[in-house]
Amino acid sequence: MARLEIDHLVKQYAAGYAIQDVSLDVADGELVCLLGPSGCGKTTTLRTIGGFITPDSGDVRIDGQSILRLPPERRPTAMVFQRYTLWPHMDVAHNVSFGLELRHRPRKEIEQAVKGALELVGLPGAEKRHPAQLSGGQQQRVALARALVLEPRILLLDEPFSNLDAQLRVRMREELTTIQRRVGITTVFVTHDQEEALSIADRIAVMRAGLIEQVATPTELYARPATRFVGTFIGTMNLIEGRVDDHGQVVAGPFQLPLPDGCHAAPGGALTVGVRPEDFVLAAPGRTGVAIQVVQTTDLGHYRRVIVDVPAAGKLSVFVDKSQDLSLGPGSLWPRRVLFYAGEELIGISEGVQERFRAVPPEVSLADELIAERHAEARRESAD
Amino acid sequence: MKLTWFLDVPELRRALGVILVLALGAFLLFPLATLVIWAFADVWRYPNVLPQSFSFRWWQWVFANGDVGKAVFYSVTTAPVVTVLSALICLPAAYSFSRLQFPGRSFLFISLLAANAFPKFGLYISIATIFFELNLINTFWGVVLIQLINTLVVMVWIPAAGFDSVPRALEEAARDAGAGPLRVFWRITLPIAMPGIIVAGILAFLAAFDESQGTLVVGSPTITTMPILMYTLVSNYPEPVGAVFSILLSIPSLVLLLVARRYLIAGYLAAGFKGR
Repeated sequence: MARLEIDHLVKQYAAGYAIQDVSLDVADGELVCLLGPSGCGKTTTLRTIGGFITPDSGDVRIDGQSILRLPPERRPTAMVFQRYTLWPHMDVAHNVSFGLELRHRPRKEIEQAVKGALELVGLPGAEKRHPAQLSGGQQQRVALARALVLEPRILLLDEPFSNLDAQLRVRMREELTTIQRRVGITTVFVTHDQEEALSIADRIAVMRAGLIEQVATPTELYARPATRFVGTFIGTMNLIEGRVDDHGQVVAGPFQLPLPDGCHAAPGGALTVGVRPEDFVLAAPGRTGVAIQVVQTTDLGHYRRVIVDVPAAGKLSVFVDKSQDLSLGPGSLWPRRVLFYAGEELIGISEGVQERFRAVPPEVSLADELIAERHAEARRESAD
Repeated sequence: MKLTWFLDVPELRRALGVILVLALGAFLLFPLATLVIWAFADVWRYPNVLPQSFSFRWWQWVFANGDVGKAVFYSVTTAPVVTVLSALICLPAAYSFSRLQFPGRSFLFISLLAANAFPKFGLYISIATIFFELNLINTFWGVVLIQLINTLVVMVWIPAAGFDSVPRALEEAARDAGAGPLRVFWRITLPIAMPGIIVAGILAFLAAFDESQGTLVVGSPTITTMPILMYTLVSNYPEPVGAVFSILLSIPSLVLLLVARRYLIAGYLAAGFKGR
């Protein structure tokens, strides 16, 4: 039974903020992933919970009690590190029992606990083996057993599978979730691998530049990314720069899209339109949709990735069903689900856009104007 | 035809390899063999290939000689004392060089080589003048101090590399499991760095054991170790005496190098968890 609260953590180094202001609540038995690119502060956050980093300000509480003053050896947390985690001069049993011996548990009890922990991670009878004789996956299993045997209240995992090959990684994370559910331990898992996070987490905290951008369930995170960054970091997101016209419609490239109800934007204001590749409908040239060119198709097993060239919007990525008839050359494209971003923030989502969809009439050269504007913006950005 | 044509003929290449190995072996072993033969020779006169007669006469002579006993005594007392002192002084320094950041760190680390940058004998003479003032000349501790100089570099550099090779994550994992900083050092850091420390200890012991120049300047004639006595024996007595003494002198080195080899290999095994 343990609830973890991270409260306005700040850690600054000479080079800048490692974490700027991180707050996160993890419920009892929940598995939360800290996900983000390298240098986003996810490991700093985890190591602060573990006690290896002292924050400049903020607090970490377990069941309402601050643990910030405790050194790592006295915190009720256990960590599984990325690599080189087993002590090479001790056998597996000794690696697992080390922490229990420090707690002066009776020998019988220690032996039982080691045996149980090794069975739990799928390595029964490995007591007498040495770390050098184990594969990378087995080593991380032992590291997990070593952490679990102490019955910590919080389990911390710092990219534990990132050094394993792809297949093993998938198997290990499946096993980890099984064990985590069975033990029911509150867990914080750090990874830069979105697939890993999406497949194991109850909730994901997406981090960037020392800040949490969004905390949500995997489904929610994919469907309603709160910022442009989250949208592009999780899965693929086509972004088209646009602006609001005088009628309150958003013009983005060749698309003219109504803003969703209850969503207001000043005419002339810049907006970014985001569309997931599977949220586009691609059809033969026709009256609906925008005329586009199909320039490339790639079969990816159960679906097909298509690159289309859209006038005034550039190359976009579209996923279509494998059964769909498709050929290179002209086609027609329209979105059925669109996310609107003002700057970084999500301001609204339009569903079922095709019914209300209208292409910008070709005679309007607004598109060219937009391209010029976008180029200017790109130049400004690169100048910065 | 190119000059290395014979390398293209497998038989010739193999023959060449065998010849090179034999030549190298002869180069290394021939002096040793001569030494052993001399040690047991009674009469060996030119042009005979082997001695005319063998005997243990010179062994008896060496073991009965009072100077030899004294030299052996000083050798087996100074060298271990030097090794232990060196470890006490250098191992904390090695750990600091490896794990702490402090001003002048790399300068100090390199400066350990300074003693090797000058002609040893000149250095020893000037140290001797200082020792003279301090009444360390002709004393046991004077000899220990002068021998200590030669051990500093190996006793700091090799263990520092050993401490370097202990990944921080291993120490953090131990903290995480409930061990305080001191316990982490004794249970995790030191054992993993141990092969390097043992090798350094053996090399330091051998450096002290074989040291002659400084010991000669500071210790002679009161404190004579085995290498010092060697000079006297070689110049004043028949060849077999020097040979017998050489064999005695090389026994500890040989034994310790074999031990060192074992630990060097053990060190590589311990590093079996991949890379750094």
